[in-house]
Amino acid sequence: MATKEYAGKTVNVSEDGYFTDASQWSREVAADMAKEVNLELTETHYKVLEFIRDKYNTGGSLTIRSIGKSGIASIKEFYKLFPGAPLKKATLLAGIPKPASCI
Amino acid sequence: MKKLVILGAGTGGTIMANKMRKTLDRSEWDITIIDQYKTHYYQPGFLFIPFGMYKKKDVIKPKADFIPMGVNFILSKIDKVDGENNKVILEDGVVINYDFLVVSTGVRIVPEETLGMKGNLWHKNVFDFYTIEGSIALGEFFKTWKGGELVLNIADNPIKCPVAPLEFVMFADAFFVERGLRDKVNITFVTPMSGAFTKPRASKVLGNLLKEKNINVIPDFYMEKVDNKGKKIVSYDEKEVPFDCLVTIPVHMGDPLIGRSNLGDDMDFVLTDKYTLQSTKFDNIFVLGDAANIPTSKAGSVVHFAAEVVYENLMCAIEGRPTTAKFDGHSNCYIETGFGKGALIDFNYDTEPLPGSFPFPGIGPFGLLKETRMNHYGKLLFRWIYWHVLLKGKEMPIPSEMYMAGKKLN
Repeated sequence: MATKEYAGKTVNVSEDGYFTDASQWSREVAADMAKEVNLELTETHYKVLEFIRDKYNTGGSLTIRSIGKSGIASIKEFYKLFPGAPLKKATLLAGIPKPASCI
Repeated sequence: MKKLVILGAGTGGTIMANKMRKTLDRSEWDITIIDQYKTHYYQPGFLFIPFGMYKKKDVIKPKADFIPMGVNFILSKIDKVDGENNKVILEDGVVINYDFLVVSTGVRIVPEETLGMKGNLWHKNVFDFYTIEGSIALGEFFKTWKGGELVLNIADNPIKCPVAPLEFVMFADAFFVERGLRDKVNITFVTPMSGAFTKPRASKVLGNLLKEKNINVIPDFYMEKVDNKGKKIVSYDEKEVPFDCLVTIPVHMGDPLIGRSNLGDDMDFVLTDKYTLQSTKFDNIFVLGDAANIPTSKAGSVVHFAAEVVYENLMCAIEGRPTTAKFDGHSNCYIETGFGKGALIDFNYDTEPLPGSFPFPGIGPFGLLKETRMNHYGKLLFRWIYWHVLLKGKEMPIPSEMYMAGKKLN
């Protein structure tokens, strides 16, 4: 297992960069990670990340559509917040293990 | 008299009704199955209809033909489940009590979730093939189509039978080659995923197959709307793909009764323990098949394997023991690749599809993750097995738990 250092903390990550232990996450860690993808996190970013973490902790399924229904950001806004591959970027920054993709 | 109630008489509900009626004593247990529709559809057959390979009569039979004697079959819409009080309330207010409940209400397509999908081109130039009406309309369209941009698009995940869209474009390739129109038909596969399939090794093999067949793939396309006037689909990040014929896999959601019953997530899939297959809210509610929010394919083979687990755990619960069966997410799918050939994949929660042979290691007769004629015959044979063996809950020569024998790791 690989480790990475963010905001002075060592975290365990999988080979594709996802956290393997969601409890190692903090807002500061996320802010530091975001620099790698040229993002500066705003309060709305954090709200989305916390929504994702909450979904993960309660075992709910996570899709772009469910974020659009969260009331935090519409899907269009979500794309603007995390340009390119929003769900992938957001789940990485939320510090959760790689979501089981829908198959 | 104790009561077992099953919601939904599709693949899962019908299998459970058959299994449970055989096991439970008729003098002690009353079994009721409820569904709003009379007709049972062999859904894997929908794929074949647009290409004239199956007709409507090949994929429909009355549901009642598969419900065993000694099971009450109620034809009604269901309003909701009251899990606190162990009651099911039907649309007309009739209340049905239960000791144990199996929810197998499946999944439905919701084209209304996407702006413009059900616009004036719906079933004229924009089709689905996940309903009997859609696949028949598309078959009619193909009969006289002279060619152009054929676009297949997956609106969102999860979808039923995640390989069906791939099979569709490969069938379309073969169909238009045979018609002598292939040079006039440009086929494009548009997906919100980052490749042809979600699992890396299968994605690579299937992606290469598409390339060989000259089918374009546009990944990472998350559909916002269908522009009927401009005949194009538009993504949330404003990419556009023009079409002359759009074959779309609309957003899928569970039955609205799940939401009304407060048993599900925001897409009306039932919150389910992925190992025991019990509702996470009520221990006496079991969830079978597409209705569940578990991370495996929404497909008949999964229902079949999961039914073994629901059966065992339901019997544990009925007899007051802790549940002993644990679902591994086993899925097994034939993939039609056109020109009389097919591929086969076998996987579960933890193991991605690997190459090899199935079900007998080293022998087959089916080849895993490669194109063979035998795999195609396997798929055709499956329709007979479905009606005559699977729905009746009879034993199949494949264990419900996936095994590694016959699979190659490298």
